[in-house]
Amino acid sequence: MAVSTDKKGMIIRIAEIIIFELKLEKITPETFDPDLDLVDELGVDSMDLATIALVLQDEYGIKIDEDDYPKLRNINMIAEYIRQKQTE
Amino acid sequence: MKTVSSLLDKAWHERYRKISALNIRSSIYDVTNRCNLLCRGCFFFSSNEHKAATEEMDVEKWRQFVHREKERGVNLAILIGGEPTLCLDRVEAFYAQLPTYCATNGQIKIPRERFPDMMVGISLWGDEEDEKILRGKDTFAVSGKNYEGDPYTYYLYTITPKQVGRIESMIRKITDVGLKVHLQLLTNDEHVDGFFWTEEKLRDVRAEMDDMLDKYPNTVISCKYYHEIITTGKMMNRTFGWAECPSVTEPMDNRSPRPKRLIRFIRWASDLHTMHRCCTSATRDCSTCKDGAAYMSWVMVNKRDHLRSAKDLQNWIEVYEMFAKLYRFIPW
Ligand code: SF4
Ligand code: SF4
Repeated sequence: MAVSTDKKGMIIRIAEIIIFELKLEKITPETFDPDLDLVDELGVDSMDLATIALVLQDEYGIKIDEDDYPKLRNINMIAEYIRQKQTE
Repeated sequence: MKTVSSLLDKAWHERYRKISALNIRSSIYDVTNRCNLLCRGCFFFSSNEHKAATEEMDVEKWRQFVHREKERGVNLAILIGGEPTLCLDRVEAFYAQLPTYCATNGQIKIPRERFPDMMVGISLWGDEEDEKILRGKDTFAVSGKNYEGDPYTYYLYTITPKQVGRIESMIRKITDVGLKVHLQLLTNDEHVDGFFWTEEKLRDVRAEMDDMLDKYPNTVISCKYYHEIITTGKMMNRTFGWAECPSVTEPMDNRSPRPKRLIRFIRWASDLHTMHRCCTSATRDCSTCKDGAAYMSWVMVNKRDHLRSAKDLQNWIEVYEMFAKLYRFIPW
């Protein structure tokens, strides 16, 4: 699949990855609130984040450090993190 | 999609908020291979774990080790043994650097001037009669006096099948010495004659634990969901055992797929190099294991699964709160 480069496309794609990897139900990438706190509101833990991070690393060709997990609290933050990493 | 906010009212959400920020990362340490008791059914000696490693005797090495553990991200040191109070310098190496919990049989009093707020958990295996059979003496007679009214101490009451129907007398005694108690169950494969859980006994003990919690809410630190899970071995239609256990030493965890587990958890032997498989004996049969801490952690690491309904999430919060209280991350 082509990597989404525009912000909206990236947000939808990240939502898609999260929904698939965490097997979330009754939610679509389009209705996923990009500001929803994944840790506090969805109960995502560091093992979940590691799973998501692996897919994101492959998809966007970046390296995600475990110490950076606190920066990945919602989809908007993840998108911002990826963009920064891509420009490094 | 269910979210925490959609499931909890204001009061529950506030309780959730307090614990969700804690991020507890514990590891377990065998402080020594020696003990001043020889209990029948003690997993440490019956499985020869006391011979797994030679004790590190240099207290400076212990200090350096604890420093490395802290760097590794550990923020709760759980000290077991043997009997840790036989080596207070080593206990101090932990206490000076990390939030520390010390398990003890309570026969030696930990000097509070040296360890003012260290959490202490005293093991108890029943009433006077059972304690004499299993541990050779009535340990409560000594530990109760040593720790009377201590605000940082509680009993860790391991209920045996023979105690069912008789738990209350000990809860009352503990209340009378101004201490708290947490309940857990003896595991079947500890080879103590006649101490064996049957389905019926497990049903009875669950009802009795629930009853004790209702009757002595200021003494018993527990919750009914924990009673349900430890007696049935089931959570969310899943069965506790090797494939699910969260308390496996991380570098030795070769399970695939990996279940939800305690991050960076290691149980270290007293040489500070050797690792044990898990929080209890490696010879134990996981399918009958009743290790209370492993059960609690099983619930705690499976938060997302408890976002099924308000009741499930509240159950999760109660177990997490119980754990946080036992290690004094939140007040009793
Ligand atoms: S007091 Fe604890 S470590 Fe010592 S023999 Fe008894 S169970 Fe084992
Ligand atoms: S014996 Fe108990 S604590 Fe140890 S790995 Fe098996 S289930 Fe887990």
